[in-house]
Amino acid sequence: MFAPLARAAGVVAALTVVTAACGAAPSTQQTTQASQGGVNAATATSAADFGGLDKLVEAAKKEGNLHVIALPPDWANYGEIIEKFQAKYGIKIESETPDAASADEINAVKTRKGQDRAPDVLDLGQSFAISGAQEGLFAPYKVQAFDKIPEGQKEATGLWVNDYGGYVSIGCDAKQIKTCPTSFADLLKPEYKGQVAMNGNPTKSGSAFAGVYAAAIANGGSFDDIQPGIEFFKKLKAAGNYNPVETTPATIEKGETKISIDWDYNNAAYAPQMTAKGIDWKVNVPSDGAYFQMYAQAINKDAPHPAAARLWQEYLYSPEGQNLYLKGFARPVLLPAMTTDGTVDQALADKLPAVDGTPTFPTTEQVDAAKAKLAAGWDAAISG
Amino acid sequence: MSRPRSKGWLGTLPLLAFFALVFGVPAIALVAGAFTAQGRPSLANLTQSLQGGYLTAMIGSVRLSAVVALLAAVLGTFLAHAVVTSRSTLLREAVLTASGVLANFGGVPLAFFWIATLGNSGVISGLLGLPSGALYTFWGLAVVYLYFAVPLMVLAMAPALDGLRPQWREAAANSGATAWHYWRFVALPVLAPAMLGGIVLLFGASFSAYATANAMVGTVVPLVTLKIASALTGDVLVGYENIALALSLDMVVVAGLVMAVYLPLQRRTSRWLH
Repeated sequence: MFAPLARAAGVVAALTVVTAACGAAPSTQQTTQASQGGVNAATATSAADFGGLDKLVEAAKKEGNLHVIALPPDWANYGEIIEKFQAKYGIKIESETPDAASADEINAVKTRKGQDRAPDVLDLGQSFAISGAQEGLFAPYKVQAFDKIPEGQKEATGLWVNDYGGYVSIGCDAKQIKTCPTSFADLLKPEYKGQVAMNGNPTKSGSAFAGVYAAAIANGGSFDDIQPGIEFFKKLKAAGNYNPVETTPATIEKGETKISIDWDYNNAAYAPQMTAKGIDWKVNVPSDGAYFQMYAQAINKDAPHPAAARLWQEYLYSPEGQNLYLKGFARPVLLPAMTTDGTVDQALADKLPAVDGTPTFPTTEQVDAAKAKLAAGWDAAISG
Repeated sequence: MSRPRSKGWLGTLPLLAFFALVFGVPAIALVAGAFTAQGRPSLANLTQSLQGGYLTAMIGSVRLSAVVALLAAVLGTFLAHAVVTSRSTLLREAVLTASGVLANFGGVPLAFFWIATLGNSGVISGLLGLPSGALYTFWGLAVVYLYFAVPLMVLAMAPALDGLRPQWREAAANSGATAWHYWRFVALPVLAPAMLGGIVLLFGASFSAYATANAMVGTVVPLVTLKIASALTGDVLVGYENIALALSLDMVVVAGLVMAVYLPLQRRTSRWLH
């Protein structure tokens, strides 16, 4: 009995060693490759450093791969963007954990530093972009359209650049709900009992946090004061209207989340999906609390494919990439510039949910203070 | 190979190495992180993890797990007894197989089953006349957890109930014992180790569950696992990672306390078996 057991144990031991060896992935040999020919892709801060966009494309093609993370195919049209990029440049994109959160992205960069498997490019919530830049995790890079991006929507050296954004909106199943709510005040009406859901919990989900921030603005609060937003949801809960189920296409289809507070690009993207299933999903940006927020692109400083990472940025900020975001109902950062110079796909722009006025943005300090307040006060307001 | 047992422990080396890799290393990282704040050794994370909303969440988790474990222990034991003493082998096999499957249900699919059935627009919510939001409460979540906890208890109890010999009952009856006497002085003491073990197992399963609650009730029922998730992997909170580790350490301590109560009791009750 002993000998076969020992042999089996030996096999297990060997497997363990092999697995452990896989864990210690090879270091970034790509970086050295890319530095042949005089250009070090890992330190290039613009396409000009490569000798023009063509040379960048060439270097990226030589790398052949790009690692992306946390890009859900049905979010801001990333599925199509990834496909088009692969087709256009023949670079294979390996998309890792599409549903990961910003914190997971930063974790992946830190824990896989110097490894071949690390993500090349990141799409981050604003505060993670800022804190990641402070920790020195990103490479500065200015895309060709850098100067057209408004101040305040980019880091001065290009450590991060806002890519797309959206408004907090109220989605609504117009066949089941007689009158769709168009403001936060509406949501308190007794007819919406048990119907008002969010895309997650505001201490975890960026869109739900934005929902609370928007509710604050609608109820006498400001960027400096999120408390009225927390109070609003407390009232919503007391009225029996708050539904804690996390909205997904499945819960909408089932009719469990007939009203959902979410980014307008998510809600707008649900609409065509739901039409196919006989649901009329309407999207309104609340008239009393318009809140706009953008995500940000950043390049991993130790990207295993530094040239491909930079080419990905160039693609996203090209009119083609920006219009693809627009196709996913996300508002690209260059939308105002593209509207002026006529490169915007107007048919797509016309499909965006209507909003009055121009967006204003809270400062980092204001957002941090709001989050701390929310983390401390949310559970007490909503539990029980 | 004259004394093969002398080197027998070598066979456990792969297991120990594996254990050190997937349990030891994360455990050390967890403890180290929990005691670090802003890069310096500190108790700040632990202090914070035992205050305010975090404390409420911890109490909520313990309360939910205890309620689920005790209810499932009672229901599961009765069900297991009914099945084990049933004359129908088919029923017995069917229930035990179903238990094996249902005990592994969890996560978002489990939440969605219940939402679709008993949610605000659930298939039978209207028939039952459930008030809106009835499922999205502490007791609603407890019922959902029972869905996997009761089958788990059946699986834990069935072998022990099989071990109850009919002769014991007959002997007790011959000595003039009532059914109550039999259960109180014979069957329950024999079953106690298995029951206690089952309760600890159920407590652990509910205590560590996360995805179901997250999809169904979010923060309406404060749970420590939801707090850890928000702090560790979210889009909102930056720099709360070490508080998450401190909360995890708190969970380890609670689990340790449960075991500390269970082990001496188990030792005491298992004397009956020897």
